Amino acid sequence: MDFDYSPQEEAFRQELRSWLEEHAPDRYDPDTFEIINQEERFQIKLDWQKKLHSAGWVGIHWPEEYGGRGATIMQQSIYQQEMARVRAPGLANTLGISLVGPTLMHWGTDEQKKRYVPKILSAEELWCQGYSEPGAGSDLASLQTRAVDDGDDFVVNGQKVWTSLAHKAHYCILVVRTDPDAPKHKGLSYLLVDMHSPGVTVRPLVQISGDADFNEVFFEDVRVPKANMVGERNQGWQVAITTLMFERANFGMVYNLEPMLDKLKALAKELELNGQTAADDPDVRQKIAQFHVETQALKYNGYRQLTQQVRGNPPGPEGSISKLAGSELYICMAHFGMELLGPYSQCALGEERGIDNGFWARRALGSRLYTIAGGTSEIMRNIVGERVLGLPKG
Amino acid sequence: MDFGFSEDQELLRDSARKFLDAECPTTFVRKMMANDSAHATELWKKAAGLGWMGILIPEEYGGIGGSFLDLVVVLEEMGKSLMPGPFFATVLLGSTAVIVGGSDEQKSRLLPKVCAGELLMTLAQAEKSGRYDAGGISMQAAAKGSDFVLSGEKLFVPDAHVADHIVVAARTSESSSESPPEDGITLFLVDAKSPGVEVTQLKTVDMTRRQCHVAFQDVGVAGSHVIGEVGKGWPILKRVLDLAMAGLCTEMVGTGQRALDMAVEYAKERVQFGKPIGSFQAIKHKCVDMMVQVENARSLTYYAAWTVDENVDEANQAVPMAKAYCSDMCKTVTSEAIQVHGGIGFTWEHDMHLFYRRGLASEAAFGSAPTHREVVAQTLDL
Repeated sequence: MDFDYSPQEEAFRQELRSWLEEHAPDRYDPDTFEIINQEERFQIKLDWQKKLHSAGWVGIHWPEEYGGRGATIMQQSIYQQEMARVRAPGLANTLGISLVGPTLMHWGTDEQKKRYVPKILSAEELWCQGYSEPGAGSDLASLQTRAVDDGDDFVVNGQKVWTSLAHKAHYCILVVRTDPDAPKHKGLSYLLVDMHSPGVTVRPLVQISGDADFNEVFFEDVRVPKANMVGERNQGWQVAITTLMFERANFGMVYNLEPMLDKLKALAKELELNGQTAADDPDVRQKIAQFHVETQALKYNGYRQLTQQVRGNPPGPEGSISKLAGSELYICMAHFGMELLGPYSQCALGEERGIDNGFWARRALGSRLYTIAGGTSEIMRNIVGERVLGLPKG
Repeated sequence: MDFGFSEDQELLRDSARKFLDAECPTTFVRKMMANDSAHATELWKKAAGLGWMGILIPEEYGGIGGSFLDLVVVLEEMGKSLMPGPFFATVLLGSTAVIVGGSDEQKSRLLPKVCAGELLMTLAQAEKSGRYDAGGISMQAAAKGSDFVLSGEKLFVPDAHVADHIVVAARTSESSSESPPEDGITLFLVDAKSPGVEVTQLKTVDMTRRQCHVAFQDVGVAGSHVIGEVGKGWPILKRVLDLAMAGLCTEMVGTGQRALDMAVEYAKERVQFGKPIGSFQAIKHKCVDMMVQVENARSLTYYAAWTVDENVDEANQAVPMAKAYCSDMCKTVTSEAIQVHGGIGFTWEHDMHLFYRRGLASEAAFGSAPTHREVVAQTLDL
């Protein structure tokens, strides 16, 4: 065991650090970012991605031929640490960078790679993910959106839901049914769809938080060239699963949890409880200590996972629990912030009698995102139970 | 950065696993529970033959001079097998105190015998208050010339009934408002056969490892048997406790892992409503939650073990974090494993309760989770 970084890794960290010292996101304040107007938030992320990209700091894990740096696993970890350290905002095209690019590099034709991949890192083309449908959530493979063969095209009809960023996206990775008679996993195909095609309608869905980051997307006789199919016809499930694996691996929850814990500690020191500072209350101390312990456990799980990857070993059980445990811890911490605030927890954004301008209320209201998106906690438990523990399917 | 064990350590783990599978099945553990002392001299000799008692002991004193992480892989396997007897008391408490704070003379006199499996040791710290912090040590040692006289009682002393030497933490000067409780504590090497030492086994929940009440009535101890300096025993004891707690956490990870494995195996085989119960989400999800706890505990423990192996300041937070989490984990996971087994798990005949008992005993040793969470809170500047 050894927790030191090599001189090359330290040099990499220093290079990134120096760049970050000279380049900050424009119009960005980490303390208010979550409560500003959603359009403004999107623009900040878009501008930040472009700024990073101009210096080659987007998608560093991608191979150099696609505009990445071919970063090692350790360099990726350092990159995440440094971005968390400066509390940088997310990027506009995260889905493209983390899911679409890697999926296309794995399954795409040379043509597809050449056409679509380069514009992902630069944010010239933004992507969304057409997976869930009103009748197909956790049981994704039962989806009904149909693609019918018609000459050089498929003709797509159906509806997708919870589609983040569809209102901004240029393209969509769309899973469709091409063979309605085959067993459900065997009749699906994976298409790249131009969101500006005739017949595509995007309707915003307002979330718990009041924002409308996700959408319903309707497809009415939308023509998609067959050249835009990824993988073989009716083999789309394998491609879709590849994307999902990238998605779940991408929940680096610990980087959200550490700053949140800092905020909880600050709040506890500031507020009164039972005639003393909340931070002096034994129950509060126990809870914050436990949050810290669990956050650190997830961090060290991550280090173990990293070590397995670096050594070229298959992932161990520790790798499957980051999203599951991290998302549930996030909710507990958000709820504890509300608890500490007492009656003031009810004060929403803009209520001047409030203490936190609605920060914790927003965290609490938004906290269910992580236990639902990308596979609910229940589905994650099924997957871990069956694939890691080897328990029989229900 | 590399957060994993070396190839040599993995080999050591494999050989420990094979040895314990052969020598320490649960039938043997049960035999030891019913035994007078829970100490099997034959097993002890074999373990000494493998060099296990001397993993931490420097080569010049007959040991292997290995790292704490070498010991960790063995301890994890011992935790899986619920190895009975005084290994923890001897290797992680008594002899560790000598390694950390002993003089050359003390080391040469005792450590080679520990390595050879000829000497058993333990540490007497806790008293009636049940505390494991410095303030919990109130037993007096009065100076008599250059020697000392010990009087008082110690409780929950692991395996003192078989120990040849007991390291005793006692007060050589009163703590006062001016001096913190850490001052004035002295560690003594006491021959367990000294006149005035009376050891009584306690009836406890986990009879695989005994705990004792030890009474000291005017026990004379030579000045040369002080470990370290008079009045300056706490830093030595603190280091011993860090090593011991990291070691205990490692055992708990092994115990929790084995309970989880048994629950999962049972859930695959046991059929109700025409299906294996592990296919029901109520059981499947419970097993996953157990696994999450075991893996979190493992990560925290390995990290704590690394910090004590390196003897870095991070141990001040990493050790209580691991002890807090593992205490909850081991108790909960072994208890949930009983639940997965249903009625058969609640019987004396089934082995599951042995693991639960060990979980309860390990939780209590050196302070349970709330105590350590409070220490963590202090390290967070709360």
